[in-house]
Amino acid sequence: MHIDETEKRWVWITIIMTAIMVGVLTAYAVGSNVHPPSGFEPIDSTRLHVEGEFMEENLGVKTNPDGSITLTMVAARYGFYPSSIEVPVNTPVKIRIASADVLHGVHVPFTNYTTMVVPGYVAEVNTEFQKTGDFSLLCNEYCGLGHDHMWSRLKVVEKSGS
Amino acid sequence: MATTTASMQENLSESKGQHSVSLGLANFWVAMIFLVVALILGVYQVAERSGFFPALESPTLYFASVSTHGVLMGFVLTTFMIMGFGYYAATTSLKMSLPGKGFAWFGFWLALVGVLIAAVPLLTGNASVLYTFYPPLVAHPAFYIGATLLVVGSWVWCIEMIWMMMIWKKQHPGEAVPLVHFGNTANAVMWLWTTIGVASEMLFQLIPWSLGLLETVDVGLARTLFSWTLHAIVYFWLFPAYIALYTIMPKAIGGKLFSDEMGRIAFVMLLVFSVPIGFHHLYMDPFHQAGWKFVHMFGTFMVALPTLFTGFTVIASMEIAGRLRGGKGLLGWIGALPWKEPMMAASGLAMIMLAFGGFGGMVNASYSLNTMVHNTQWVTGHFHLIFGGTVVVMYCAILYHMFPRMLGRQLYSKSMAVKQLWLWTIGMFVLTIPWHVIGVLGQPRRISSTPYDTPLVQQWDVHEGAMIVGGALLLLSGLMLVWNLLKTHSAPQEASAMEYAEPIHAAPRVPHLLNSFAFWNVVILIYIVASYGYPIAQFFLNPTFGATPWGV
Ligand code: HEM
Ligand SMILES: [Cu+2]
Ligand SMILES: [Cu+2]
Repeated sequence: MHIDETEKRWVWITIIMTAIMVGVLTAYAVGSNVHPPSGFEPIDSTRLHVEGEFMEENLGVKTNPDGSITLTMVAARYGFYPSSIEVPVNTPVKIRIASADVLHGVHVPFTNYTTMVVPGYVAEVNTEFQKTGDFSLLCNEYCGLGHDHMWSRLKVVEKSGS
Repeated sequence: MATTTASMQENLSESKGQHSVSLGLANFWVAMIFLVVALILGVYQVAERSGFFPALESPTLYFASVSTHGVLMGFVLTTFMIMGFGYYAATTSLKMSLPGKGFAWFGFWLALVGVLIAAVPLLTGNASVLYTFYPPLVAHPAFYIGATLLVVGSWVWCIEMIWMMMIWKKQHPGEAVPLVHFGNTANAVMWLWTTIGVASEMLFQLIPWSLGLLETVDVGLARTLFSWTLHAIVYFWLFPAYIALYTIMPKAIGGKLFSDEMGRIAFVMLLVFSVPIGFHHLYMDPFHQAGWKFVHMFGTFMVALPTLFTGFTVIASMEIAGRLRGGKGLLGWIGALPWKEPMMAASGLAMIMLAFGGFGGMVNASYSLNTMVHNTQWVTGHFHLIFGGTVVVMYCAILYHMFPRMLGRQLYSKSMAVKQLWLWTIGMFVLTIPWHVIGVLGQPRRISSTPYDTPLVQQWDVHEGAMIVGGALLLLSGLMLVWNLLKTHSAPQEASAMEYAEPIHAAPRVPHLLNSFAFWNVVILIYIVASYGYPIAQFFLNPTFGATPWGV
């Protein structure tokens, strides 16, 4: 077995480089609290409209006693419901979304909000919107021939009362 | 010595009978024909998506096209290229004829019939579920059955590779298996592990469900199984490129391989690390705990290591060749390299695309940064650069290298080959740089039009224009490849043997662990159970709700 000295040095360099990279990414994820969706919350996608938090009258923005926001949405071909949403800036938002039919995804470009919306599971993400303005909420997973048309708007506004 | 070179005088007709020339050529031609079909679809797609040509606009056609393009590029071009490469490399490096020739042909036909069966629903819009076939969108059962036959056909190739390694080792006790075949067998072993995921999804979920035998499928489980396959499949595609860089390129450019052992180490690491890390495709999925995603991120970064090792060995091997050819100074050897050799040009260009693509890959693989780019056009730009770029450019180089040797003829035009490789690379950058940009500007992937708010869409237009130009250059380049190889069939005769690179330090014997996969299979099994065991079990341990089939 023959491994050249320079090559051995290179192996160490790559290991250290990779470790640093993973370290930085970990520090960033923990430090800025950017985490992907997490959990395992099965739900019967065929009964969203009949019972529970995803019934039509329960959708939308709710302010919790501690000032944080819970946003409940349904994704269904080809739209997001409710279709227009307003949330305050720099406020913790818990976004809960479920699919009524097939696979969808949500992405609000230029923010940290994205998740897959998988039938049979609730997708929960905790985030904060850091800039005010009008954003688009786009479906980013192919869900059928009308996929392109599946989008709505999200308005991030100044905090009221502050 | 393990990698003894065939003498130039070797009687060609004799070697032709022994080497699997017709099987190799059959596989290569199937790969190339489907490459051209898929390229034409690719150009149509960038044009349709741009919105510049209202007459083209049709989601029905577009999604049938993307589904076909993805299947042809991802599954068909690759599988047949890999099989052809493996068969010809095995028979020429091990200097033995193919055992069970009929069986190997059976695998070829099975795979081809599978593709043709799948093509019918794809082209008629009855399988517009994309090459990742994410349920609960459902395709015609023929699509799933055809795709499964293609995979089963590829298993025949895997068995052939392993079988040949066993026969050779029996005949050469204690000797090191030639590196090229060690690499192809590593790929075969990896592919068998890799395809367990998608094969389970097909056999236990999608096929019975599409036939109406199952009422619902658990979409979370289906996605988890597919992720098992989805990462390692890219290493299946990439393996031949790496193998050629280690075992063909150094010789073809008049140098030596820097290290045989590092090649083996890299192949073993690719084999062991690439299967159990598929969760980076599920970072944004809601049914797995962030902790598991985090663990898979660590695993994902481990596969960067064999690639970084490969970069070093490949560049060092190039330097040896450059210096042997009289190159002086710190960088003077680069100019002294035979850039007019297709294998040289392709290797250099492939490394450049790998460097850029590798950087993008780090972003995707990151548990946190992935949020910015997930399912945007950044991702499609990324994999076109590394897969359509690095991998395919090396496939082209392999074809240019092997065709003349298989046919006993000169390559029709070397200079055209080199031009084709440059054109491919330039086209790939023109296509993928804007593609990455529109991704960062928020454009989702897999859309046939952009009916969003104007401020968002306006930023994308100029980039979409550039992509059409890139696509056209690639199509032209693809046609040059096929033309050149077609004409090689009737080029002047010239016998040259298929030779493999010799390392500077000959390695007639290597440690057992670098000459056998038995131990590594046990390691992989343990690693897979550790990383996928609970995440899969949770779907059976908890009550979940399946999904019924939905048309597109
Ligand atoms: C002329 C050159 C090419 C053009 C213009 C092109 C264009 C495209 C376009 C527009 C998409 C759809 C992207 C999306 O919105 O998600 C796509 C998908 C894809 N392309 Fe290409 N492509 C080309 C060459 C290649 C090559 C050489 C490969 C690999 C060998 C490749 C593999 C794929 C794959 C696997 C998909 C995924 C389909 C999916 O998301 O379901 N393409 N291509
Ligand atoms: Cu959707
Ligand atoms: Cu991957």
